[in-house]
Amino acid sequence: MSLLEIDKLSLTIGDTQILKDMELSVASGEVMGLVGESGSGKSMTALTVMRLLPHAARATERVTFDGIDILGATEDQMCALRGDDIGMVFQEPMTALNPVKTIGEQVAEGIRWHTKATRATAEERARKMLDRVGLPEAKFPLSRYPHELSGGQRQRVVIAIACALKPKLLIADEPTTALDVVLQAQILDLLRDLVAESRMGLLLISHDLAVVTEMADRITILRRGEVTEAGDTARTLSAQLHPYTRQLAQASMHVPARARPHDASQSKPLLQVEGVTRDYPGRRASLFKRAAPIHAVDDVSLLIAPGQSVALVGRSGCGKSTLARMILALDKPSQGTIRFRGETITGKREAELMPARRDMQVVFQDPYGSFDPRQKVEKLVAEPLHVLEKKPTRTERREMVAHALHEVGLDQRDMDKYPHEFSGGQRQRLSIARAIITRPKLVVADEPVSALDVSIRAQILDLFAELNQKLGIAYLFITHDLTVARAITDEVLVMHDGKIIERGKTSEVLDHPQSEAARALVTAAPDLHRAIAKRMQEQG
Amino acid sequence: MTLHIDIPEETFSSILAKAFRNTAFVTGFVITLLILAMAVVSYIWTPYDVTKLVISDKTQGPSLAHWFGTDHFGRDILSMIMVGARNSIAVALVAVGIGMGIGVPLGAFAAARGGLVDEALMRINDLVFAFPALLSAIMITAIFGPGAVNAIIAIGIFNIPVFARVARAGALAIWPREFILAARAAGKSTTQISIEHVLPNIATLLLVQGTIQFALGILAEAGLSYLGLGAQPPMPSWGRMLFDAQTRMVVAPWMAIFPGMAIVITVLGLNLLGDGIADILDPKSRRQR
Repeated sequence: MSLLEIDKLSLTIGDTQILKDMELSVASGEVMGLVGESGSGKSMTALTVMRLLPHAARATERVTFDGIDILGATEDQMCALRGDDIGMVFQEPMTALNPVKTIGEQVAEGIRWHTKATRATAEERARKMLDRVGLPEAKFPLSRYPHELSGGQRQRVVIAIACALKPKLLIADEPTTALDVVLQAQILDLLRDLVAESRMGLLLISHDLAVVTEMADRITILRRGEVTEAGDTARTLSAQLHPYTRQLAQASMHVPARARPHDASQSKPLLQVEGVTRDYPGRRASLFKRAAPIHAVDDVSLLIAPGQSVALVGRSGCGKSTLARMILALDKPSQGTIRFRGETITGKREAELMPARRDMQVVFQDPYGSFDPRQKVEKLVAEPLHVLEKKPTRTERREMVAHALHEVGLDQRDMDKYPHEFSGGQRQRLSIARAIITRPKLVVADEPVSALDVSIRAQILDLFAELNQKLGIAYLFITHDLTVARAITDEVLVMHDGKIIERGKTSEVLDHPQSEAARALVTAAPDLHRAIAKRMQEQG
Repeated sequence: MTLHIDIPEETFSSILAKAFRNTAFVTGFVITLLILAMAVVSYIWTPYDVTKLVISDKTQGPSLAHWFGTDHFGRDILSMIMVGARNSIAVALVAVGIGMGIGVPLGAFAAARGGLVDEALMRINDLVFAFPALLSAIMITAIFGPGAVNAIIAIGIFNIPVFARVARAGALAIWPREFILAARAAGKSTTQISIEHVLPNIATLLLVQGTIQFALGILAEAGLSYLGLGAQPPMPSWGRMLFDAQTRMVVAPWMAIFPGMAIVITVLGLNLLGDGIADILDPKSRRQR
């Protein structure tokens, strides 16, 4: 019998049906991948197993864990299960840890609670667990606080908490989505080893088909609360019997059609970045000693030609975003100059930047955070218009907004709505509408699709490609996702520790990376083709 | 995937519907409305003329003719409370207005500029805050002479740092958001961004603080006029009435009870109103009812 058995589970919250006749099972030592787009009920499935549902939720039929009927269990029984037999790893390592407690306390907490161990023994076990997840004592004593750790290290602590008591089942809800590809590969390796070591069952929830394919023995595909297809990972994904499975697989490998790759050689550069450095003051060692500055961006030079699409790839914290901010004149370089259309923009005052701002726009990562929730779409999309020399009248403005909305595939009637009335993908379209309304020459896009579902990501990439062809907009794509870079850019710059360490044609750099950092990125990036092939090979 | 239960942004009517399910808000709202109505009515009509002294009716207990009794000059207490209400409300309202009008721009500016400007402004703020408000109000009225206008200024000045702090804290939380960055990338100036994006997003915060300061303003006004530094006779005020009642507590307790109750009920109503608004507008305090 399986460890976890979900049988015909239905879940409603209020009047909304979240899950319908959900079926899923996880055996000991098995990795089950649960895949679906946002809103498909993946997280709700995890919360049902943990019985951590919101109050208004009603679950019916059966969930059995190790012979215990979860839906019928008392709260006391559940408390005994949670953290002891069932561990959970959350997506956001920044918020999953309590900022005022040391990591030692947080790992030991569960051990003490469940085993009634003394503080000393609990801490000893916590120490061992932290060693196991790759946080050795010398660098990471128990007395460290979460804010002293990086995102990947924090996720290791979360995993240590979840696995401290050798649970029978580990639920990992998008454990690597908030991390860059290199960290993602490391965390996935760790999870795989832990599962193999103690024969845990792992329920891995993810929107990323490639990640799940690499990890899972079996896979369940969820769509709008219903299981569309389930079975052996390699077979399911190579056969792609269900149309939705095919749609998901294609979307995650999608490459937009781009008629002509841009030839940068003949024209004058649109953007010139020359020897730009951005220093932040380091932590002071003592009152009298000046701390060595930290170079967030270190002597970076780059060129972008009109209409050219360039990717800036690198791990998180490598200085990509800082560089983007300086290009957008939102931050000042400590050294070096940035020229846009031949004019220097560094060191200019806000008023003098107006003409440059007109031709330079930005699309941010988070489609939820990049709009003022209290303004209507018309005003939000029209925001950049005020840099125009001639202020448009109200009717002209509405026309321009309508046109921009039309260009990104939205209805012009949408302009009287508020941003919360749109889905994530639609909001990203709104950001793009806002970015192209002034007909800019350059759009800087900071991880523009990493918060989106695969099918929506494919659509947005298509839109970027189309606008590049139609309007001749040059792009600077900042991303840690190489599939995005491959899909839409002509040239790639690889950034590491504030420096650009490799540059060249996208396909060349990504197929034959020269530098070590670039190679790390390329090998760590999950790839669906490769993952399926590997699985098939393993099974013979 | 994180649990993205998208909290629907509220429309005016949905807020209204929620407001009227909130007991604190409804109670506070009704009390405040009654007090305001009383103050407005007092301009047109009061049961008796509060400036006329009728010595023959002095210190009478509550009766049908004088519901709340009369004071030592034979004036009708109910009428005096009604007229006193408009004095209290006017002082508190203008004081809150001064506090908001100066404090909010100051706080928003400090948050927008950051660095030394912010530091300097906030330290000055702390300095003003460090003075006990009522004592300093006494000092101001003592220097410039007693009277309603000076009381307003005194209370108003001490409202400034309160609003400056709240506005700055709120604005600081808004500034790092991406939509602000987007507005900056679109070339908007700090002032424009502060007005268009920051202020609307901290308005609810300020509204709640406003009702609290309003209640405190009424208390402060009562305190000042109790000390004889607020509105001057013959203009009745709640604090002055309490002062007059003090020596006659045993013989004429109604002289103290009714103005005292007026103050308590008004402050209670305003605090409930503020609590209610905070509850309704704060998505985090949303509970299941």
